[in-house]
Amino acid sequence: MKTCDVAVIGAGIVGAACARALALVGLSVVVLDRAPIASGATAAGMGHLLVLDDSEAQFALTKWSCERWTDLAPQLSNDCEFMYSGTLWVAADEEEMAAVRQKHAYYGERGVATAILDGQALADAEPNLRHGLAGALFVHDDALIYPPCAARWLIEQARARGAELRLNADVVGLQDCDIQLSDGEEISSGRVVHATGTWIRSLFPTAPVRPKKGHLLITDRYPGFITHPIVELGYLKSAHGGQRESVAFNLQPRKTGQLLLGSSRQIDVATREIEPHMLTRMIARGLEYMPSLGRLSAIRTWTGFRAATPDSLPLIGPVLDQPRHFLATGHEGLGITTSLATADLIVAHLTGSTPPISLMPYLPARFAEWERA
Amino acid sequence: MTERISLFVNGQAVESSTEVSVASAVMQANAGATRQSIHGEPRGPLCGMGVCFDCRVTIDGAAHQRSCQRACEPGMQVETAPKPIAPDALAERATDSTRDCGVLVVGAGPAGIAAACTAAEMGRRVTIIDDNPQIGGQIWRHDPVKSPPKQTANWFDRLARLSIEIIPSSQVIAAPTPLTLVAETPRGTMTLRGQRIILACGAREHFLPFPGWTLPGVFGAGGLQALVKSGYGIGKKKIVVAGTGPLLLAVAAYLRERGAIVDMIAEQARFSMVRFGAALAWNQPGKFVAGLALGWHLRGITYRTAWPVRAHGTKRLEAVTLTDGEKSWNVPCDALACGFGLVANLELPVLLGCAIADDFVQVNERQATSVPHVYAIGELTGIGGLDKALLEGQIAGWSAADRPQLARNVEVERRKTQRFVNQLADTFSLRDELRRLPDDDTIVCRCEDVTFGQLRSRTNWRDAKLQTRCGMGPCQGRICGPAVQFLFGWHNDSVRPPLFPTTLANLA
Repeated sequence: MKTCDVAVIGAGIVGAACARALALVGLSVVVLDRAPIASGATAAGMGHLLVLDDSEAQFALTKWSCERWTDLAPQLSNDCEFMYSGTLWVAADEEEMAAVRQKHAYYGERGVATAILDGQALADAEPNLRHGLAGALFVHDDALIYPPCAARWLIEQARARGAELRLNADVVGLQDCDIQLSDGEEISSGRVVHATGTWIRSLFPTAPVRPKKGHLLITDRYPGFITHPIVELGYLKSAHGGQRESVAFNLQPRKTGQLLLGSSRQIDVATREIEPHMLTRMIARGLEYMPSLGRLSAIRTWTGFRAATPDSLPLIGPVLDQPRHFLATGHEGLGITTSLATADLIVAHLTGSTPPISLMPYLPARFAEWERA
Repeated sequence: MTERISLFVNGQAVESSTEVSVASAVMQANAGATRQSIHGEPRGPLCGMGVCFDCRVTIDGAAHQRSCQRACEPGMQVETAPKPIAPDALAERATDSTRDCGVLVVGAGPAGIAAACTAAEMGRRVTIIDDNPQIGGQIWRHDPVKSPPKQTANWFDRLARLSIEIIPSSQVIAAPTPLTLVAETPRGTMTLRGQRIILACGAREHFLPFPGWTLPGVFGAGGLQALVKSGYGIGKKKIVVAGTGPLLLAVAAYLRERGAIVDMIAEQARFSMVRFGAALAWNQPGKFVAGLALGWHLRGITYRTAWPVRAHGTKRLEAVTLTDGEKSWNVPCDALACGFGLVANLELPVLLGCAIADDFVQVNERQATSVPHVYAIGELTGIGGLDKALLEGQIAGWSAADRPQLARNVEVERRKTQRFVNQLADTFSLRDELRRLPDDDTIVCRCEDVTFGQLRSRTNWRDAKLQTRCGMGPCQGRICGPAVQFLFGWHNDSVRPPLFPTTLANLA
């Protein structure tokens, strides 16, 4: 039987970041996954590293995490495709421009640089957008990354500090902190970090995490067609509205010259398949904002499942009545961005060190039904 | 009819004709290259049948067009280097039309034509959709300078006499339900609803990577034949034919007939023509006669056990190194026509949910797949060539016309074709040495320039995709997928719409 200080279940980007951070503070770590590195939500995600202002807690987590990515950027391998891109939050009309001004003030007060673009400045920045848009908020320091390679890079860093990686082996038994794998191996760990996205419910059936399905599409290479990630302001309404199904325009330039088009959200849909009605709606939304997209060649589509919580904040911290088990899940659409911050908070939980931001808003114990479970 | 026209390749006027594909015109004008790889190397067409995407060019401002699938038009502006798209707010609005079909046949090769004729003669309303401008598929591909042999002409006539709707230059990109197919046509998208669907999607060549195989001038065997039929001139050019399978013989004979110098066919299998011929005569007298006729054509061409290990050249192919396992030798040449057998085009059957076993669609004795009202025929159910395709087409036609009991009359023949499938597979099985052809710098995924060395550290197909982008380019793994399966044993089993790259307007 193998022994270690911490077993991290899940080799997605959150598990990878946790493994690296734990190994860096000197703990012995084993990372487990039933599949290859980053083959769940990490593979499906867009890789947009952005500061979001949906709530103070979300702002704090995303801002801290983006700063951590900035620290790491010079070290990342080329295939991580890290690129400072900023973000253009597009306002379709005057009502949305009012929101742009509010956000500008909010970000500014908290030390994040943004600029307000009027309709002409927006058209100059992205000539392929349709005419007549009111303007945009430009967030300067947001960035892009290719998540599967970033996760692999984080795991390589952890391994350089002695962490072990066990792929393609499922957890079939968990007794206290003793883990049994489908290939027969047993691992006895001091603590367990669960970074399993929506799969958290296979070990903790009452965890307040629901899958939110998303569709994405990628085009062939059109270098220079757009130069910033462009997101409609209505995205936030779509992301957190109560509808069972919604779409929002979200378009990214990849370092390869390809364009990545999103986004869609569906609550509690179990099937992985591409759903034509959602794909059609998503593309139609894209064409409303950028009609010339219609001429580009789409080469691939896929779906993925975000791990969503009721308050749109992740679950980071101990399971109340199992204090040696820690959750690192529920990141919804922000897992790539907040993976590094999540890892810092997990380190603080496991070692008692001072956290860089408050641990409180993300504690799993905030959900009453979870406490009882 | 053939019309002399001129078009522009990278701004230079080029004389051509409307029978010539853009790929052939560009190759003549541009030293065999049609595009630059993402690392800036020249690439030319490989497959000649719209699968590999190495022939893509910008046509009249529209980037990433497969030039082998388009005929030259007067005044066409073709660019081989990527150019930024000028901002343009006007997108073409794709038109969408819906069609209710009785029997819908996908693929107008021999199997599809036989199925369509059979079902139509039993009174069914039949529609055929095909990605080529002309019917015939690969083996009966239209040849502007040569009229088809009698058997082929008979089938074409039979098809023409029946009121069968043919939708050419169109390919299925999605299937919202197993009986509803969405196709990309030259005039926007079309939704086709069938009461019965007969899949006759055929096969593509199996390509294996070796150093230099990405040089312009290295083609598929069937690939070069297809390109020559679409106007690529090979007169007096020295061509080495290599790889495996009976296709090599037909290709060598064809290339020579069209003026090429073909001295040798390098067949990788330890192959006994006598044993194979005797077995053929037993199972398939028709094939044996055809084989003898071919032998007559091939007189003077050395047919020997050998395989390519390296292609040489800077901007284009100049020579190839062959080996027989003991000694190696260099052959200067202008083109290498090289294919390692055939693999079934399983993408659409998989999308429809048809059960697959050992890389072929599973069917019963009536050609029915595991999906109700969906049939599969021809190379999809096993690589067996023309006789099998025609027979299975006929059986599927009966089944789709609700007369499946007629299939009982041909059970003996059907079993014979299946024996032939196994015999082909055994005779031309790929030797282990071919797994050692690529070195670490050899590109395996031609779309994304992923090397063998990059793939060696990955654990399975999904891992390889995510970490290296292998199979993530426009060919969607059609070329590298079977190569990777042979080299590493990894299977590419995920198929999602769009089945072929298509415009966003077509998907909206």
